[in-house]
Amino acid sequence: MNDLVAPPVVAEAAAPPHIGRRVVRPNARRLTEGRGTYVDDVELPRMAHVVYLRSPHAHARVVSVDVTAAHAMPGVIAIVDGARLAQVCAPFVGTLSHMVGMRSAPQYAIAIDRACWQGEAVLAIVADTRALAEDAVETIVVEWEPLPAVADMETALAPQTPVIHAELGSNLCYHRELDTGGVDAAFAGADVVVEETYVFGRHTGVTMEPRSVLADFNPAERRLTVHHSHQAPHMMADLYARQLGLPEADVRVICRDVGGSFGIKVHAYADDFATVALAVLLKRPVKFVADRLESFVTDIHAREHRVKARLALTREGRMLAFDIDDLTGIGPYSMFPRTSVVEGNQVVNITGGPYNHPEYRAKLDVVFQNKVQTSQYRGVGHPVACAVTEGIVDLAAVRMGIDPLELRRRNVMEDDSYPRKGASGIVLEKLSHQQCLAKLETMIDYPALRQEQAELRKKGIYRGIGIAVLIELTNPGAAFYGVGGARIAAQEGATVRLDPTGVVHCAVGVGEQGQGTETIFAQIAADEVGLPLAAVRIITGDTAVTPYGGGTWASRGAGIGGEAVLQASRQLRTNILALAAAHLKRDAGELDVADGKVRDRATQATLVDFAELGRIAYFRPDLLPQGFQSELVVTRHYSQRTYPFVFTNGVQASYVEVDIETGFVKLLKHWAVEDCGRVINPLLLDEQIRGAIVQGIGGALFEECLYDGSGLLRNGSMADYLVPMASEMPDIEVAHVETPTRTSELGAKGAGEAGTAGAPAAVMNAINDALAPFDVRVTAQPFTPEKILRALNKI
Amino acid sequence: MTDKVLTRITVNGVLHERWVEPRQHLVDYLRDELGLKGTRSGCEHGVCGACTVRIDGDIVRGCLTLAVQADGARVETIEGVSDSGEIADLQHAFLESNALQCGFCTPGMLLTADALLKSEPAASREQIREHMSGNYCRCTGYHAIVDAVESTRETRRLAGCGGDRHE
Repeated sequence: MNDLVAPPVVAEAAAPPHIGRRVVRPNARRLTEGRGTYVDDVELPRMAHVVYLRSPHAHARVVSVDVTAAHAMPGVIAIVDGARLAQVCAPFVGTLSHMVGMRSAPQYAIAIDRACWQGEAVLAIVADTRALAEDAVETIVVEWEPLPAVADMETALAPQTPVIHAELGSNLCYHRELDTGGVDAAFAGADVVVEETYVFGRHTGVTMEPRSVLADFNPAERRLTVHHSHQAPHMMADLYARQLGLPEADVRVICRDVGGSFGIKVHAYADDFATVALAVLLKRPVKFVADRLESFVTDIHAREHRVKARLALTREGRMLAFDIDDLTGIGPYSMFPRTSVVEGNQVVNITGGPYNHPEYRAKLDVVFQNKVQTSQYRGVGHPVACAVTEGIVDLAAVRMGIDPLELRRRNVMEDDSYPRKGASGIVLEKLSHQQCLAKLETMIDYPALRQEQAELRKKGIYRGIGIAVLIELTNPGAAFYGVGGARIAAQEGATVRLDPTGVVHCAVGVGEQGQGTETIFAQIAADEVGLPLAAVRIITGDTAVTPYGGGTWASRGAGIGGEAVLQASRQLRTNILALAAAHLKRDAGELDVADGKVRDRATQATLVDFAELGRIAYFRPDLLPQGFQSELVVTRHYSQRTYPFVFTNGVQASYVEVDIETGFVKLLKHWAVEDCGRVINPLLLDEQIRGAIVQGIGGALFEECLYDGSGLLRNGSMADYLVPMASEMPDIEVAHVETPTRTSELGAKGAGEAGTAGAPAAVMNAINDALAPFDVRVTAQPFTPEKILRALNKI
Repeated sequence: MTDKVLTRITVNGVLHERWVEPRQHLVDYLRDELGLKGTRSGCEHGVCGACTVRIDGDIVRGCLTLAVQADGARVETIEGVSDSGEIADLQHAFLESNALQCGFCTPGMLLTADALLKSEPAASREQIREHMSGNYCRCTGYHAIVDAVESTRETRRLAGCGGDRHE
């Protein structure tokens, strides 16, 4: 553009809105150039490295420890046991008061005298480098007394099984029953009853960046700064303060780039407390970065469930009642502070969720065992609930000779029936099952796909189509944790400020782990303040500078954090208009904002830009009328209080080919129709859904933490634990139905987990559809070639 | 502990002369000795590909290569190829397709994808999926990564530079 010929005042068209556009992430360029900053990239003066000596047994008493040789090793700074660390860091118990009756035992930062799972730390070795600390560990002699281990959850409550925590009296952590009252009558009167048991393999998140924490304690100020690879920095600041007896105001948690999280990094690990406590004890920065082997035995696992399910229907295919019995094993301690019962609790709440059945009964037993702790991992119970629901619905379809898509059409809650409750008591604001099913049918060209399947079957090629309808809870209020006594913020805040150069900075409590949170916040701020995206800067991941917030979990970032940004930005726009009106001596109602400029509403002529307003407000307030004070910093908060959760819905389809000679499953294509309310950025959303689907597929086909009978993990490395690879994954087509939530002005619901919720069910149903000619089914995830061949009676 | 060994390694065009422990992996040498943090340690087993770098033009696993093995060699990392602009098209395509989320695997992905496009300038979507299978991504679902590599293949083909080995 040539400035010399630009007219002084031009009428301009309003810039297109940023919300809803495929905006590329401005903060991703540095990651493509290797210029991100993950915790392990941070180096501080006098920084030491800690290595934890971990139990090689699932359950064992520490008889003696000889560290003489280790103390003499070069570079060794300190060797600290659990008892010493307990003087600095209090033990913690992972219970929530609204999970009535749940129990767990106190857990220490480092185990004292007894290890309760293979991988639990019993000693910390701090040295100048990680390598030197590992050298020292090798010289330490520990005498262990192995104790009987509880490995099998099925027998965890049996009388002859040892009790892990004697003070609890049994291995039961939590029991819940839910009953609408008429289940037995519904089954007695049903024309059709189907019954099946579903098994879910334990698996874990395998974040590419392992869990990492760098604790920096300054003893002179007694201030603690923790660089953390984490999803909930304020929660961690609160917990560090409480467990270590520091004022929360003197604890700062910084989360810069986080290399994948998926729920793995939303928990407070014993290792985290130990590392922070060591920094306090040793008065210097201490870094802990899990290596991959210890990630497998310390990162939370998830999904070890066995669900017995029954479904009652009329002969017309109308669903009458679901009846489920869920057993889940969670390791020796309920995870702190979010507990290990939420997954099972979600299974109870969500199973049968898309459908109109009036009666529902569910029983849940959560039991302790000597394995790695389980807790919330992407989808949290939804993948289990969805697979149980959709698996048994498909079984009914097969049994009754009704097309599976048709059976779903007959039973999903009607799009015009909201708001309403589901049989489990969940409150549903507005869902769109019918629209989503219709869209999916067109998208996959269902009749053509069925025809192709039938023709190939004649040639001995066995393909299957699997459908999975799902609901997902997002945008939680305080119902998850706050009401149970956990200090995990349900609200979110955003602070926006206009700087003298006309740039808007926006600080938000919800952070970025790669899903594009900062980009969508920038889009919202740009639209609501009225300036170009390039003039917005987002600040997240630092408890010292962002408003207090809950962080990233339960698909709340866009819906809760985004609404706070919207409200703050909208007010800043009003304040900018007030400033412009004072400066221009006009009525604010005559003015409008677009593209970083204030315009005359009537003529659309540009009157003044944000930089000039910033210059006046900050440097020449003398030019403004007496009595007017500009306010160019605005904070607004948002909490979703209309419902316990805002549910989303969607439907997925999987098309697979099963090689009946080898048992291998080839994923040919996967489709998802998703309704997460208002779509803010389809570019980011679609790939987040695809990533979630692939994580769900991982659990369905490949991923399992395999334990032997004595509670030892047999495949704790990335060479042995299989995760999805590019060549195994199909192209994934994503479409949207938009039903904005009315609980916020933004209208966005969560989108990060539905993919994981629906994919295992869709894949399972597709495999079983492919196997239908042989009249066999598989129901135990992951569906390995071996399991498929066994089902086919070939091995 | 074994005595340190004097190594001379040219990293991103700069010669570094260091005493290193024979046991030190190349990824740790790059990160800890030279401060080149763009190369990541993901699995330490040679499985995930996050530590991918080039030695004398060929991609290798930094966690399976010892620093002393690179003695006398030319090593290029994500920092080097970013500064030179050599893979700017691929980096741009990754951004445009949103082929990264957390970014931890991305430097390795980019170097691996670039190696494919140089050896197989007409790689099919299936070949891309196959070739990228030694690089794990837990965030994206791979679809967008494959899209980005495909679109770079097209831009390089149109620019007529496919198959040129950057030396």
